[in-house]
Amino acid sequence: MSLEEVVDNVKEGVDQDTVDAVREVGGKYKHGWNTEIEMDYAPKGLSEDIVRLISSKNEEPEWMLEWRLEAYNRWLKMTEPEWAMVHYPKIDFQDQYYYASPKSMAEKPKSLDDVDPKLLETYKKLGIPLKEQMILAGVEGAEELTDAPRKVAVDAVFDSVSVGTTFQAELKSKGVIFCSISEAIKEHPELVKKYLGSVVPQSDNFYATLNSAVFSDGSFVYIPPGVRCPMELSTYFRINAENTGQFERTLIIADKESYVSYLEGCTAPMRDTNQLHAAVVELVLLEDAEIKYSTVQNWYPGDEEGKGGIYNFVTKRADCRGDRSKVMWTQVETGSAVTWKYPSCILRGDDSQGEFYSIAIANHYQQADTGTKMIHLGKRTKSRIVSKGISAGKAQNTYRGLVSMHPKAKDSRNYTQCDSLLIGDKCGAHTVPYIEVKNNSSRVEHEATTSKVDDDQVFYCRQRGMDEEEAVALIVNGFAKEVLQALPMEFAMEAQQLVAISLEGSVG
Amino acid sequence: MSAAEKLTVAPRALPDGQGAWAQTAREAAAARLSEMGMPVRRDEYWKYTNPTSLTAEAAPEAEVLASDEAPVFGDADALRIVFVDGVFDADASDALTHEGLEIARLSDAAQMDIHWAKDVYGVLETNGQDPVARPLAAANTAFATDGVLIRAFGKVSKPVHMVYLHKSNTSDAILHHVVKVEEGADVTILENGPAAARFNKCLEVDIADNASFHHVRAQGRDHERRAATHVFARLGTESTFKSFTLTVNGVLTRNECVIELTGDDAKAHVAGAAVGDGDFHHDDTVFITHDAVNCESRQVFKKVLRNGAMGVFQGKILVKAGAQKTDGYQISQALLLDGDSQFLAKPELEIYADDVACSHGSTSGAIDEDALFYLRSRGVPESEAQNLLVLAFLAEALDEIENEDLAAEILNRLEAWFSRRSS
Repeated sequence: MSLEEVVDNVKEGVDQDTVDAVREVGGKYKHGWNTEIEMDYAPKGLSEDIVRLISSKNEEPEWMLEWRLEAYNRWLKMTEPEWAMVHYPKIDFQDQYYYASPKSMAEKPKSLDDVDPKLLETYKKLGIPLKEQMILAGVEGAEELTDAPRKVAVDAVFDSVSVGTTFQAELKSKGVIFCSISEAIKEHPELVKKYLGSVVPQSDNFYATLNSAVFSDGSFVYIPPGVRCPMELSTYFRINAENTGQFERTLIIADKESYVSYLEGCTAPMRDTNQLHAAVVELVLLEDAEIKYSTVQNWYPGDEEGKGGIYNFVTKRADCRGDRSKVMWTQVETGSAVTWKYPSCILRGDDSQGEFYSIAIANHYQQADTGTKMIHLGKRTKSRIVSKGISAGKAQNTYRGLVSMHPKAKDSRNYTQCDSLLIGDKCGAHTVPYIEVKNNSSRVEHEATTSKVDDDQVFYCRQRGMDEEEAVALIVNGFAKEVLQALPMEFAMEAQQLVAISLEGSVG
Repeated sequence: MSAAEKLTVAPRALPDGQGAWAQTAREAAAARLSEMGMPVRRDEYWKYTNPTSLTAEAAPEAEVLASDEAPVFGDADALRIVFVDGVFDADASDALTHEGLEIARLSDAAQMDIHWAKDVYGVLETNGQDPVARPLAAANTAFATDGVLIRAFGKVSKPVHMVYLHKSNTSDAILHHVVKVEEGADVTILENGPAAARFNKCLEVDIADNASFHHVRAQGRDHERRAATHVFARLGTESTFKSFTLTVNGVLTRNECVIELTGDDAKAHVAGAAVGDGDFHHDDTVFITHDAVNCESRQVFKKVLRNGAMGVFQGKILVKAGAQKTDGYQISQALLLDGDSQFLAKPELEIYADDVACSHGSTSGAIDEDALFYLRSRGVPESEAQNLLVLAFLAEALDEIENEDLAAEILNRLEAWFSRRSS
C-alpha cells in the first residue's frame, strides 16, 4: 500500500464526511451566487405607504393592515437596542427595499417549461430535489408525481414572497395546514387573528416591531389535536435581490397532543453591502403538544475582510401554554455578518419542557450574540441548554442567556452548559448568562468553559495524515457533537459539512 | 445612557485644607463622578440591587444594637485601628507603628503637599472605572473623611486589624484606605464591625512584584445598616492577592472587588460566604481583568438564604488579548432554605486570548433531602443536621482563607450564628 492509500484509509476510518466536506467546497461560501431574475420592487425606504403597499400586494384584509400600521407607528418611537456585544455601522432604514418578488410569479406557470428557468436553477443549486422544484415553481399537478420514501414538505420564500409550498394536499388530508402566512391570512383568518402577535407582541422589541409592520411573507403551520404531522415541514429562505431586507414571519400552532418537526434553512448571495434580515417566529403549544424546530442559518457572512454579509436580527419565541407541552430549538448558526438571536421558551404549562441546542460558529469578522431565555412559570417545568460557541479569525462570539425560575414554578429544573472554543488569538468568546432563582424547590445548574483546540489532538490527527484544517474541522465537529446529534438527520449531515466550511481559512 | 437619565449629583464641598496631591485626586474624582452620575436602578450593573438608599442625600437611620457577642478577631494578635462611625479613634487604637509598616491617617497625610499615596489613592479606583462605571467609589475618593495609608515592607509579623464601631443612629461614614505592599512584602489586613448606619468604604491595594496581600473581613450588620464597599487591587509579577469576606445579614450590602492582574504569574483569589435570614440583601460584584501571561484567578462565592433573604452575584473574568495561559475559575452557589429567598446571578466571561482555561459554574437549590435523611437516620437531630450540611456547603469558600486560625474563627462564628438561629 502506498503512503497515500494508507492516509486515505486512515482518513476514512476517522470521519469521511468531514474530510469530504473540506475537500469539496474549496473554502468558499457555497450559496454566494446570485440569480439574475426580473424582480418587482416596492420603492426604496419605509413609510406608511410602503406598509399599505405590502399589505395590498398580499391582498390582505383591513384588520391586518391596521395591525401593521399600529406596529409601524410604535416602531417610529422605538430605538435600536445597543446592549449586545456587536458593532456595526448605523443602519439606514430608508436605504432598503422592503418588498421584492420575482416577476415571473405574477402568473402561475402551467408546466415546467413555462417556469422561469432561472428560478428553477436557483432551487437546483440550493439542492432541492427536482420534483419539489416543480412544485416550488408552481407547476400544476406536480404534486402527484412525488413519492419519495422520506417526504419533507417545503415552503420556499424568495426575497419577500413565498413561491410555493409542497405536499399541501397530502397534509390537508390529515388536517394539517402548511402554507405561506399571506395565504393563511386570507384562508384562515380566525387562527391568524387569534395567535399572531400572541407570543411575540407587536411592541416586543425594535426588530420584532419592524417585522410586524413590514413582514411580507413566511410560513404558517397548524397541527390539529392529536395529529402527528406525517412528514417534516421545512421552509427555505433565500435573499436574492440587492439592498433588500427580508422580513419573514413564521407562526406555528401545535394543538393538543400534536407533534411537528420543522426545519428552516436560509442562504443569500455574496454582496459587498450589508443586507438586513429581521424575522419573527412564534410557536404556540397547547396541552401535550410537541414542536421540534431546527434551523441551519447560513446567510452570507461577508468576505474575509468583513465586507458585506447579512445583519440577522431575529426574534424567536415558543409559548408552552399547555401542560406537558414540549419545545426543542436546535440551531446551527454559521452565517451572517452580525447575529442577534435568542430563541426563547416560556414554560407556562405545568410539566412543560424547553430545550435549546446551539452551535454558533463565527469566523473572519463575524459577530454573533446569541443564546436563549428559559422562563419557568409552571410547576415542575424543565429546561436544558447546550450551547457551543466557536470563534476563529477575528470574530466575536457571545452566549447571552436567561434562566428565570418564577416563585410559582415549584420543583422546576434547569441545566445549562455553555462551552466556547477559540481558534487563533485574534478572536473573542464571551458568556453572559443571567440566572434568576425565586423559589427554593427548583434546581438550577450552570456550567461554562472556554478553551482552545487542543494541540495534542491536532498533533494526533496530523500524525495520521490529515492536514491542519481537516484536523481542526474534525475536532470542532467532535466538540459540537451533542448539538449535531439533536438535529434531524438530513440537517445533521449538512450542518457537519457547514462546520468544516465555516472554519475554512481559520488555521495557519 | 443619555445625560438626562443620569441621577445628578448634588454639589458637595470637598474636605477642607487638603494638600496638593489630595486636592488634585479629590477634584479629579468629583469630576469623574459628575460625569457618570450616581447609579440608578435602570443601570445594567444595578439590575439586581436597588441603589436608591445608597445614593440618597441622607443616610437612612439604623438603630445601634447592643451585642453580647465578642467582636470577631478580638483575640487575634494584631495592630488594632479603631473607627467609630467612620472617625479614627486614637485612644481605642494601638500606636500606629510596627516593624515593616508605615501607617498614616488619611486626614493627616492629605494635608501634606506630597505623599507616597498619591500614586495609589484614586489611581486604582480610576483604572477600575473602565469598562463599568462605579460612581460610589468615585464619590468615596472625592469625599472620604478618614482612613489609613499603609505601606508594608518585608514579612510583617502581625496583621493590621481595622475595627469599625457603630454608635450613632444616623452616621454616614466614608472611609478610604490605601495599602501599598512593597516588593517581596507580605501583609494581612483584617476588618470587622458594622461601621455606621450607612457605610461607603474603599480599599485600594497596590501589590508589587513577589509581594503577598491577605485580607479577611467579617461584616455583621444586622437590621437597617447599609454598606457599599469597593476593593481595588493591582497585582505585579508573581504577586498574590487573597481576600475573603463573611457577610451576615444587613438590609443592603454591596461588595465590589475589582482586580487587575498586570504582572505575569500573579494569583488572585476572592471568596465570600454570605448568610441571610430575613429581609436582607447582599450583592457580591467581582470584576477580574487578566492583562498578563500565566496568571491565575479564583472566585468562590457561597450564599445561604432564608426567610426572604436575597443574594446577588455578578462576577466577571475579562481576559485581554495577549493574556495567554490564563487560568480563570469562578463558582457561585446558593442554598435556599425556604421558598421566599431568591438568588440572582450573572457570571460572565469575556475572553480575547485563545490559550486559556476559563470556567464558571453557578448553582442554586434547596438542601439535599437525601443527605438530611442520611444524617437523621443516624440520630442527628434535624436542625443540627441542617447546620452541618450548610457549613459543609460553605466550606469551599472558607478554604480560601490561608491562615488556619482565622479560618477557624470564621467557622466558629458561623456555627454560633446557625445554632442561635435554629434554637
